[in-house]
Order: sequence, then structure tokens, then C-alpha cells
Amino acid sequence: MQSNLNNEMVLELLQKRFGDVIISATTPYDLLTIEVVSMSCYDIIAWIKDEPTLAIAYLTNLGGVHYPQNEGRELAVVYHLHSLTNNFRIRIKTFLSIENPTIASIVAIHASANWMERETFDFYGIQFKGHPNLVRILNEDSMDYFPMRKEFHLEDETREDKDDRFFGR
Amino acid sequence: MGKINDVDVINGEGFQLSTLDKVIASARANSVWPLPFATSCCGIEYMASMGSNYDLARFGMERMSFSPRQADLLIVAGTISKKLGPVLKQVYEQMSEPKWVLSVGACACSGGIFDTYSVLQGIDRIIPVDVYVPGCPPRPEQIIDGIMNIHKLVKTESLRRRYSDEYKHLLESYNIESNAE
Repeated sequence: MQSNLNNEMVLELLQKRFGDVIISATTPYDLLTIEVVSMSCYDIIAWIKDEPTLAIAYLTNLGGVHYPQNEGRELAVVYHLHSLTNNFRIRIKTFLSIENPTIASIVAIHASANWMERETFDFYGIQFKGHPNLVRILNEDSMDYFPMRKEFHLEDETREDKDDRFFGR
Repeated sequence: MGKINDVDVINGEGFQLSTLDKVIASARANSVWPLPFATSCCGIEYMASMGSNYDLARFGMERMSFSPRQADLLIVAGTISKKLGPVLKQVYEQMSEPKWVLSVGACACSGGIFDTYSVLQGIDRIIPVDVYVPGCPPRPEQIIDGIMNIHKLVKTESLRRRYSDEYKHLLESYNIESNAE
């Protein structure tokens, strides 16, 4: 199906409405990707849902990324959104510092964000303010760290049989 | 002297003699009720073992006990994540004595290829295991061999294993309360 919207149109609308809040915009693989100020993420996602010309009302995915080398902006939250009526996709990225990884929850806009935000909290420790029940979803409740952060080893730390002498490490 | 079901018996005219513990052990070994705790591909191999080609039923095991309370043998087949660990332990604790545990496949024995933060690195970290079956996944023949080894244990162990100091000490080391009363 042909899309009623294109990247340039949507970016222009967003820049007209939000201005400097949109830090940068790229189109890798023809997918409009905007980086925004974390404080405004909620407003942007709410607006593109309600704005009738856009109607980007479906949250495809929400996840985190850890970039340990990006000082002051180590954690990213990435939202993939889709307009079902216009067949248009957009990706919204925002960066948080690892000392205070707090961002507004979008559960009030997209109920489907509930478990995805819990998952992102579970693995990256990103605090979604206003989430109705921000507790671990996949890992055991007693886990005391966020396993997808790069400083933690993927391997189980309690194995004694993996002697480096035999594994060439 | 003769043998019936591996039990030494003395046959006479109109009577047969043996020792009670051997008869009981033989009866137990030939009616082990298994509780399958199957989570992944090893579970599929276990299902094949139960099916008509391999037919575990010929060893008196046709009755799958999906309630731990009536089961004798806990068969753990598959990857056990750390989150599932307490559930497995609870299932084990609910089984009544005497009970045995068969660990089927690399994952249940050692975590297998899943050397990762979320997977239990062998079920023997939370419950005692009697027989380990290696393989990824093991073929039904291997699972049957493991069960034969369980039978050997059932036949040769003391009937009152649960009262022995070693057994109590073993359960204590796993922080499991003995339910042998």
C-alpha cells in the first residue's frame, strides 16, 4: 500500500510543532529516525497519535540500548511507532544519563507500553515515571542488577568449571 | 535357589522364600511412577521414550504422575531458568519419600550451551540428583539407560534410605526439609 505520508512531510510537521526539541533526524533504510530531548518524548508521542494528519497510533516496539562510551548519555530509549491508517513508520530515540535514567512512562498514551517498559526497566534499569507497576517482568525478582548493561558478563558468574587455562581466555 | 525379577528366591514345594526388603525393592523398581518436568527438546525425546516405539510402559511406568504427591521419580528434561528454579524445588519438596531424580540432557545437568545469567547451571544446584543422562538432547535409548540405572538404585538402596544420616545431611545441604515421617 502506498503511504499517504513521507519522511519530509512528517519531519516538517514535527519541526514546526516542536522546534528545537528535535535534536537530529536521519533516514536509515528510509525509516525516519528522530532524536529528541527526553523531557519532550511523552508530548511528541501523544501529539503524533492525536494529530489527525499523522495518526501514528500504534506502538510497534519499545526498548533500550546501552552505549557505555557515550558519557552523559549512556542509555537510549527507542520507540518504534506505526500509523496503521497512513502506513507510515517512525522511530524516536532519546538518550539518558546512567546516573539518572528517568523518563516519563507512555502507558497513558499506549497501553501496550506497559510490559515493554517493564522489560526495558528489567534489563537496563530505566525508570519510567508514572508506570502503574514498574517491577521486573522476565528475570527473577531477586536479581540485583540489570543484565543487559555492558559492564555485566553474559555468562553465569557462579560457574567454577570454566577454567581460563582450558578455554584460552 | 532361583531368580525372579533379579530377586534371589528359594523355591520349594508349595512355597517360595526370599527376604522382604528385596521383594519390596523389586516391586518399587517395577512400578516407578514418573513425574515429567519437561521444558524443551529433551522433553520431546522423553515423549518419544513414552511412545509406542520405545515404550517405557514395559517397565511399569505407563502411569505418568502429573501430581508430585503420587510420583516416585522426578524426570527433569530441559533447560531450567533461574526463575523456574524455585518452582522445580517446590515440586521436588512435594514428592513423598521414597523419591528419585533423573536429570535428562546437558541443560538439566549443567546448563548446557546456555551459560548465561538467566539459566540455572545444573539442577543439582537446587535439588539432589540420582542419575544424570548426558546428551543434547539424549536419544530415547539413553533416557531408558538412565531409567535402568534408577531401577538399579531402587533395587539396591536401603528401603529406609530416608532415615540414614547421609540422606538427611544431603537434604540439609540443599536446605530442603525432609518429609520422611
